[in-house]
Amino acid sequence: MELLIPYEVTPRRDTGVNNAKLGIWLFLASEVMLFGGLFAAYIFLRMGADAWPGMETFDTHEMATRADQVLSVPLATLNTVILIASSVTMVLSWASLKMDNFKGFRLHMGLTILLALGFLVVKAFEYGSKFSHHVGPDTNIFLGIYFVLTGLHALHVTGGIIVNAYFWGPGTRMWLSGNERDKAHFTNRIEIAGLYWHFVDLVWIFLFPMIYLV
Amino acid sequence: MATKDDHAGSHEGHHVGFWRKYWFSTDHKVIGIQYGITALFFLLFGFILMLLMRWQLASPGVEIPLLGALTPEMYNQFGAMHGTIMVFMGIVPLAVGAFGNYVVPLQIGAIDMAFPRLNMASYHFFFWGGIVMLASFFVPQGAAKAGWTSYPPLADIETMGQTMWLWGMVLLITSSLLGAINFLTTIIQLRTEGMTFFRMPFFVWTQFVTAFLLLLAFPPLEAAGFLQLADRLLGTSFFLPSGLVTAEGPLEVSGGGSPLLWQHLFWFLAHPEVYVLILPAMGIVAEIVANNTRKPLWGYRLMVYSLIFLGFMSFIVWAHHMFITGMGTAISAFFQVTTMIISIPSVVILSALFITLWGGSIRFSTPMLFALGFLPMFGIGGLTGLPLGLAPTDIPLHDTYYVIGHFHYVVAPGTILALFAGIYYWFPKMTGRTLNDTLGKVHFWGTIISMNGIFFPMLIQGLAGVSRRLFDGGLAYSFSEPVLEYNMVMSVSAAALFLFQFPFIINFFMSMKGGKKVEKANHWDATTLEWSATPIMPVPHGNFETVPRVYRDPYEYNVPGSDQPYLSQDLAPPPATRAEALEKVEA
Amino acid sequence: MAEAMTVSDVKKHVRVYLIVFGSLLLLTLVTVAVSYFDMPLGPALAVALVIAMVKGSLVALYFMHLKGEKRVIMWVLAFAAAFLIGMFVLFIASLLDQEMVAVLLRVT
Ligand code: HEM
Ligand SMILES: [Cu+2]
Repeated sequence: MELLIPYEVTPRRDTGVNNAKLGIWLFLASEVMLFGGLFAAYIFLRMGADAWPGMETFDTHEMATRADQVLSVPLATLNTVILIASSVTMVLSWASLKMDNFKGFRLHMGLTILLALGFLVVKAFEYGSKFSHHVGPDTNIFLGIYFVLTGLHALHVTGGIIVNAYFWGPGTRMWLSGNERDKAHFTNRIEIAGLYWHFVDLVWIFLFPMIYLV
Repeated sequence: MATKDDHAGSHEGHHVGFWRKYWFSTDHKVIGIQYGITALFFLLFGFILMLLMRWQLASPGVEIPLLGALTPEMYNQFGAMHGTIMVFMGIVPLAVGAFGNYVVPLQIGAIDMAFPRLNMASYHFFFWGGIVMLASFFVPQGAAKAGWTSYPPLADIETMGQTMWLWGMVLLITSSLLGAINFLTTIIQLRTEGMTFFRMPFFVWTQFVTAFLLLLAFPPLEAAGFLQLADRLLGTSFFLPSGLVTAEGPLEVSGGGSPLLWQHLFWFLAHPEVYVLILPAMGIVAEIVANNTRKPLWGYRLMVYSLIFLGFMSFIVWAHHMFITGMGTAISAFFQVTTMIISIPSVVILSALFITLWGGSIRFSTPMLFALGFLPMFGIGGLTGLPLGLAPTDIPLHDTYYVIGHFHYVVAPGTILALFAGIYYWFPKMTGRTLNDTLGKVHFWGTIISMNGIFFPMLIQGLAGVSRRLFDGGLAYSFSEPVLEYNMVMSVSAAALFLFQFPFIINFFMSMKGGKKVEKANHWDATTLEWSATPIMPVPHGNFETVPRVYRDPYEYNVPGSDQPYLSQDLAPPPATRAEALEKVEA
Repeated sequence: MAEAMTVSDVKKHVRVYLIVFGSLLLLTLVTVAVSYFDMPLGPALAVALVIAMVKGSLVALYFMHLKGEKRVIMWVLAFAAAFLIGMFVLFIASLLDQEMVAVLLRVT
């Protein structure tokens, strides 16, 4: 027997939010601390390092003086644009539901998923080019933190793809049932999934300059 | 109770199968009991590891029946796993997972946790995390040896058990994070009508603050865990400095990392973690003290404010564990000051509990005995901690048995006594039967006396300079000679402690089926909702026949002017004053 | 707020989303362009961080609807932010302090 938990869909009067909304923000708060811990580690290691990035460039074999001599800024910029675009399509998919436009939802959610996949493909090229130069996470601290931070972020992207794909496909059952409460519930779920997805975007917005640009 | 149709499977109904009912249950009470039983098992296991180590310490090299003599490798494994198991798989799951899960929704008048399926998931993450930890004993070269703190560089280059430890921790951390999200959402969203924040029982408050600590302190350790995994599996050197040489020669890594980084990230969690270990215990004791002195808690609001302040401060004291790492004097001064400040709210809470006893007509029930035992024991634990918070005294004491004695006073005769108190107190609620009092009293006196026999000598040995984590208990050092004989005292006490758990174990299982049935639902004449608003025992799924409404503060015992001995939180005031009470709630 | 929105409200929102999208793209270009100026680390870091924070705030305020969000959620984030900043500050402070010790040891 499953119980009907209060405030699953409708907000509670004094707090003004429903359970899932509060839950996801609590989760995101913990994610802030997770990536915060990694950023703190990055700062700690970088401040303690003798040189940054502390490795030779691939073409001239001189000591690199800037991160962008060993990382590909164009690819990363492309990925930034892709991720930002996917954030917009995500929020538009939610807005479509709000306007009772299911087709629009399908379209925008589908785009979000495709863009996210595109992000991973670009990432794979980026990693691949490092490996082809025979460098990897074990080369030095700089590449180590680069791989771990971007890798963990890519895992978050993958998680987002799975969640979004579920809501694009089988998860739509809830909306299609046509029942108003279920439709509201589904719209909430998309908002929740969106909050997670925007957070993934937000992390990248800080990762990108910290690792590639400065 | 209303049921929901969209998730319920087709074959669900009144005949829920065994697995569904006891293993994949979404009922917070069942999950609480799952947590409780699993955690008690782990506690016993961790304790037995330590018994074997104490055998070795009392009589180095003498063979243990069936097992043979302990090797140094085994000693290190047992020590590291004892710490890990006790902290992450014993105390926290029992204090938060078991008591929190079982009691919090009942006390705030909620029909379940906010996310029942997430709740189930967090138990299963905990369970499998525990299994991974136990399984690590069977991998080549055995379990983790680098201590429960898993300090690199050692932890980076030690055997495979270390990797298992990290994966186990990732699962346990995930479990705690899911749990924390659930507790916070439940307490914020599912308080019943009239249950304002300042009408919540103190136990709920402790769980609330604890959940915040878990939520925000665990992720940095998870981050650190990922970095250590990368060091071990991907060949990075986040925690390995350049030029490291081991017995096998120079280490072939790129280097450039910092072992101190791990310590910072680890203690960023692990200091709040000690409050995770102690706050729920304080909450349990507060409930029992109020109930058995038949008085409201003295300074309830003061206690709550102290609790919140304590929660905040616990995030900025962590480096008092690192005074000997050669940190600068300015930063060391900062952490000494914050450490001295954080001792104040703990003292406030403890004092408030002592003052509550004053002038009460105390009922010396078994739970109350354990709660009363907690007070001075936690006091000793806290006071012995002060010298460790100041660098000049910490530097000689660090890594001696003094530290071991100090924190065991906090967690063993402190927290564990409180958890036993909770078991004796809520057992009637969980089963509808009481635990036997005589066995309970034997258990109490045996436990508290033998615990002091174990841990007090540790303080003395530590002051004499005996290091912790020594395989021979200090035999090889001449300066430890005068205090060496205490090793036998401690080990015999530990064996006694083991024996004194049997009255409890027997009591627990016998009473489950054959204990005295409680005569009324509100067995202890308590005011909080878990007793007053749930007439059926054991409490069914969904908790309440009608969801209670709250009209009063949590501990209205012997209220002046009232002819009742106690007023339950859901006891409606007479109609004349009801309008007034309603207004108070709205405001 | 999100619960009681009408279709025309949402349409207004959509316009805002597109404006934010444009700003984010622009800021991305700026931050990349600035990085090619080869500034010293200090100023480069400052510029990059400021731009990242502006971009992050745009995402949080508009896409994540933090603008006008309920108090509980603000509290949760305030706690996380406080502890996060505390962590950064103390990590950096402990390193700087240690470096000073190292300098002193070298001098004496
Ligand atoms: C009640 C029976 C217990 C006994 C007899 C006991 C005994 C000991 C002893 C003798 C040590 C030092 C080992 C060494 O330095 O070689 C130790 C370490 C430790 N104990 Fe316990 N303990 C008990 C309960 C607990 C509990 C309840 C906790 C829970 C929080 C705990 C946590 C730890 C930790 C974290 C360490 C440090 C392990 C390490 O060095 O890595 N112990 N214990
Ligand atoms: Cu501490």
